Amino acid sequence: MNAAATDSFAVLDHVSASYEHEGQVVAAVEEVSLTVPQGAFVAVTGPSGCGKTTLLKLLAGLLRPTGGEVRVGGAPVRGPQKNVGMAFQNPILLPWRRTLDNVLLPLEIVEPHKRRFRSQRSEYVAQANALLASVGIEGFGHRHPWQMSGGQQQRVSLCRALIHHPELLLLDEPFGALDAFTREELWQVLQKLWLERRFTVVLVTHDLREAIFLADIVYVMSPRPGRLIHQAGVPLPRPRTLPDTFTPGFTETYLEIRRRIGDGRPA
Amino acid sequence: MKRWGRWNEWLPPALVIVGTFILWEVLVAVLRIPVFILPGPRAVWAAYLKWQGAIWFNAGQTLYTTLVGFGLALAGGMGLGLAIGYSTLVYRALYPLLVAFNSVPKVAIVPVLVIWFGIGTIPAILTAFLISFFPIVVNVATGLATLEPELQDVLRSLGATKREIFTKIGIPRSLPYFFASLKVAVTLAFVGAVISETVAANRGIGYLMIAASSRFDVPLVFAGLVVVAAMGVALFVIFAVIERQLTGWAYRGQAL
Repeated sequence: MNAAATDSFAVLDHVSASYEHEGQVVAAVEEVSLTVPQGAFVAVTGPSGCGKTTLLKLLAGLLRPTGGEVRVGGAPVRGPQKNVGMAFQNPILLPWRRTLDNVLLPLEIVEPHKRRFRSQRSEYVAQANALLASVGIEGFGHRHPWQMSGGQQQRVSLCRALIHHPELLLLDEPFGALDAFTREELWQVLQKLWLERRFTVVLVTHDLREAIFLADIVYVMSPRPGRLIHQAGVPLPRPRTLPDTFTPGFTETYLEIRRRIGDGRPA
Repeated sequence: MKRWGRWNEWLPPALVIVGTFILWEVLVAVLRIPVFILPGPRAVWAAYLKWQGAIWFNAGQTLYTTLVGFGLALAGGMGLGLAIGYSTLVYRALYPLLVAFNSVPKVAIVPVLVIWFGIGTIPAILTAFLISFFPIVVNVATGLATLEPELQDVLRSLGATKREIFTKIGIPRSLPYFFASLKVAVTLAFVGAVISETVAANRGIGYLMIAASSRFDVPLVFAGLVVVAAMGVALFVIFAVIERQLTGWAYRGQAL
């Protein structure tokens, strides 16, 4: 990997997490150790139900680990943090708010923006509009969520996750529910934003092409209880283009990771 | 197209109402039903014209008690509904009592209210309040209880406090439920006021009907009933319009 790897921004240190389901304790992830370098784009992939989402919730501070430690920006995570942005498989926009107000939502909650929100509202609105334009939905600010397509809503969701300039962006299969064309377009949108701003990203996905196209490092998890079973660096240069996904180098990485996921399955 | 859309909205109910009155008149005439049993619409209309002043004086009183009772229910119901939705503890502590309270027929409470407050305006207001309070509480609490966990996660991941989650998504999310309950609650309040007036009052549309029936002035009783129904519909429509205006987003594209 590169020199940035020494500067680890988000760390999972032998982390285990479990949850209760109908009176039974189910282990979601077990003894997971994972390092995300500052400014890196990391993808986590694995079979369905392997605890990928649990990892994100641990990083976001929405879930407490039952063992081990989660650290973000050097400090242990003890609850939700202000320097994190999150986007989910569903856009989960607030239906009573117009697009612009949906994007502005984090600024009403996260300090120091919360304090300044009223006095500097026009400035924030300009930022939000610029962000909307950069994801390709300029001028949609006045629309209500239900007046937009799924792809457009997901773009709004991405803007909402980034408006407060988080250092860590957590993406939980954000393009999983979209059609293939929209998905590939949003890969490029996300790559462009990341190249401009260089926030740290953890992307959970079960689309290997997506993981390899976007990430510097791809982590592979085993079926439940999830453990890390493989780590693959993606050496492709940036910015990556869609034709890159059909080059021999890409295919090689793809097949290697695919084989590892196959290994993790019980025979 | 658009013009037809408008017609489509008010024409069918108008036709049904007119048809009902015609059918009523025809049946009364054909079956030769005596006026003191079931007067036809024309007899009712005649009674209405004759007693117009008294009817509207008493209807005004009923409207007054209804709206005061409903206003109290609105404030109290919203407050308690939010409290119940906000705190599981309050929910657990109060819900059984609320259900028990709601199960008591309000007509049985009126005599008690009369003992406490005397005959007149106050028992009517309180009955209107008691009967319309519950649906508002339950709806507001339901709106909060059905808050999607995903929606909460969006805010929690930003480090929002419970209070922020409540004001940013809890309250807006429960508003459609609140307004949906208002149009039901306002008609119930009206029913409560009339019930109270029929049991113990010296004015109000309920009192007018009781007084008329004791004189076997059945057309006047029916005139009162029709006015009650018309006022109920009017109140319902007013709150349905307010609901659409304020929570159009919950109706998706339809309202816009």
